[in-house]
Amino acid sequence: MSHDSHNHSHGHDHSHGGHELPFWRKYIFSTDHKVIGLQYGITAVFFLLFGFSLMLLMRWQLAFPKQAIPLIGKLFTEDGVLSPELYNQFGAMHGTIMVFLGVVPLAVGAFGNYLVPLQVGAHDMAFPKLNMMSYWVYFVGGIVMLLSFMTPTGAAASGWTSYPPLSVVNGPGEGFWGGLFTGQSMWLLGMVFLITSSLLGSVNTIVTAIQLRVKGLSFMRWPVLVWAQVTTAFLLLLAFPPLEAAGIMQLMDRVGGTSFFMPSGLVVSGEAWKASGGGNPILWQHLFWFLAHPEVYVLILPAVGIVGEIIAVNTKKPLYGYKTLVYSVLFLGFMSFIVWAHHMFMTGMGVTMSTFFQATTMIISVPSVIILTTYLLTLWGASIRYTVPMLFATAFLPMFAIGGLTGLPLGLTASDIHLHDTYYVIGHFHYVVAPGTLFALMAGVYHWYPKISGRFMSDTLGKIHFWLSVIAINGVFMPMFFMGMAGVSRRLYDQTVYAHGLAAQPLNVIMSVSAWILAIAQLPFLYNMATSWKWGKKAESNNPWGATTLEWAASSPPPHENFTTPVEVYRAPYEYSSNKKLLPQFVQEA
Amino acid sequence: MSALIPYIDEPHPVTGVTNAKLGMWLFLASEVMLFGALFSTLIIMRTSATDWPAHGSDVLNVPLATLNTVFLITSSVTIVLSWAALKMKDLKKFKFNMGLTILLSFGFLVIKYIEYTSKFHHGHFPSTSTFYAVYFTLTGLHGLHVIGGIITNLYLIGPGSKMWEKEPERFTGRIECAGLYWHFVDLVWIFLFPALYLL
Repeated sequence: MSHDSHNHSHGHDHSHGGHELPFWRKYIFSTDHKVIGLQYGITAVFFLLFGFSLMLLMRWQLAFPKQAIPLIGKLFTEDGVLSPELYNQFGAMHGTIMVFLGVVPLAVGAFGNYLVPLQVGAHDMAFPKLNMMSYWVYFVGGIVMLLSFMTPTGAAASGWTSYPPLSVVNGPGEGFWGGLFTGQSMWLLGMVFLITSSLLGSVNTIVTAIQLRVKGLSFMRWPVLVWAQVTTAFLLLLAFPPLEAAGIMQLMDRVGGTSFFMPSGLVVSGEAWKASGGGNPILWQHLFWFLAHPEVYVLILPAVGIVGEIIAVNTKKPLYGYKTLVYSVLFLGFMSFIVWAHHMFMTGMGVTMSTFFQATTMIISVPSVIILTTYLLTLWGASIRYTVPMLFATAFLPMFAIGGLTGLPLGLTASDIHLHDTYYVIGHFHYVVAPGTLFALMAGVYHWYPKISGRFMSDTLGKIHFWLSVIAINGVFMPMFFMGMAGVSRRLYDQTVYAHGLAAQPLNVIMSVSAWILAIAQLPFLYNMATSWKWGKKAESNNPWGATTLEWAASSPPPHENFTTPVEVYRAPYEYSSNKKLLPQFVQEA
Repeated sequence: MSALIPYIDEPHPVTGVTNAKLGMWLFLASEVMLFGALFSTLIIMRTSATDWPAHGSDVLNVPLATLNTVFLITSSVTIVLSWAALKMKDLKKFKFNMGLTILLSFGFLVIKYIEYTSKFHHGHFPSTSTFYAVYFTLTGLHGLHVIGGIITNLYLIGPGSKMWEKEPERFTGRIECAGLYWHFVDLVWIFLFPALYLL
């Protein structure tokens, strides 16, 4: 095998092959991509549950305004009613935690870290120490975000988008250190950590996928998950730094008295704002959305990759139009950099700009539709094996389609004027991220669990989890479209003070009850994940699903350096022959 | 680090680069976006301002900044010479040129310090106006990159140079990567200098 030929005899004075590492090196400060992947996964699941809990509390206030939260309300306020201040903090932190600490670390940190080296046949990431550092920087960023709840003014409360001037004037502290120890400043600091972490991770993923490919694995033989992860890594690499720059500038506005985003003549609470002025609040929006629109594709592309793998395995067919799919993913990644200002049609940036971004937004829907179509055509005429991961993967398709199609009226300037900043927007992007990406990630957990642990997760519990989730999640997000079209703003603490809000209030009760059912539906999943590790049904072979990609050539769970015997790739992924005979990439016979 | 990771010290036959070099180029691409965002900020704030508060050529010390430009460009030459010395298997010459690079970068920081203190002395802070806000942010972030480069180069000339005995190829590769980074820091300054000091 190729890498044995340049064995680094002059190199390292220790090899991990033989001796056991101490516990803290093996499981805590590990450089093994699989351990780091699991660390990312466990931490991300914790943050997902935390961010979800914030929303469950907010949902009480939305369904039953100004009524005390039963049982636990007294933990938060004296009378048990969620105060407007807490509501704002929970709202901002729900978005931040779900996106930056939950879904992205799970999709990219966990799945990317665990699967990309295995799928390209590498023994580890290209830079194992950077990989470890990436996790720990993410961990510190998460701790900073959590600590921001402990500051005197509470956590960040200006929405997950942190638009100035509000985010600069909101909850200021006294002096430099006082200013730093406030929710919004901690939010900005936390973001700097998370951006650094994703920078380290994305460099690592790209280098690993490109340089450490095993013999025979040309680019057009990459599994679709690798393509998706590499494209995602490029987005993280190039889109995140502008937010870092913007974060530094907003932090200076807050603690250094600068006016990057503070316009001249600003009056706050009846007093002239004390800084020099001359800044530009819209500049923040441009810098923020320059990150945050590619971020949408950071959320969806890994899901596209996971779903592709699972559909191919469970239909025992080659993915229809593999090359078209790959080019669509790449084009999607490229286009995602030039659509950001469709979030800003209401800022008055002018017709020329709006028209440009409206056009690019319409163009970017084309590759998304191609991706969905290739998956649908793969299902066409297949004898589909409905395993639990396949249930989630097939549910992903219509859910993502609803999320995508409802985005079109938001991308067109005329209809966006009515829908902007209403519940419609929330419904739209949650369909993409929650029953879209999160369903795909759950599918991924069920699908690769036998590889990671050597045991299956329970099928019955999985099906209960799936059916309850798919019904409840539509109960949460479908009514949002109607509420948005009725004109209810997304940021209201109590919409019943308005007549049109009061009329739509029953929908809020449906959404809240659905959200709580959705939370209960996750309990069998968590229980299943925990108990199957020890008591699940044993996977009878290394390749229990009959898959074709390289990770299934390794034993379950894969040993420290993944492959004990040399592997080589002989064909494209997903080449199931016509009589459904299994032809994995790593098996030689024709 | 596992001994089973290939292309640590020899280029990949398809991409033509080592892992570290590819990683460094990707990192620099990310850095371009970081500084690109800040330069865009300068452009947008200046073009949208009805009355731009100050012009660099009036309020900043151009001769000192010119000297700094000379320092940085020279240090870019010396870091290439240090890499070339390793290619010719001359560790002593490497240490001489790398030492010169570090010295020049320290010189840059000293001048930066003089500039900053004189600004503070005259009561010019980032909060004074949007011009000073951009000036201090851009030069400050660039200065942090210079400090990062100095720390890396000090490591490579000191304890890091032990690698030369056992893995000369890999060490030469490290110096090349350090050089790439240093050229980038230099390049940022070459854009910074006219944008802030001359225009």
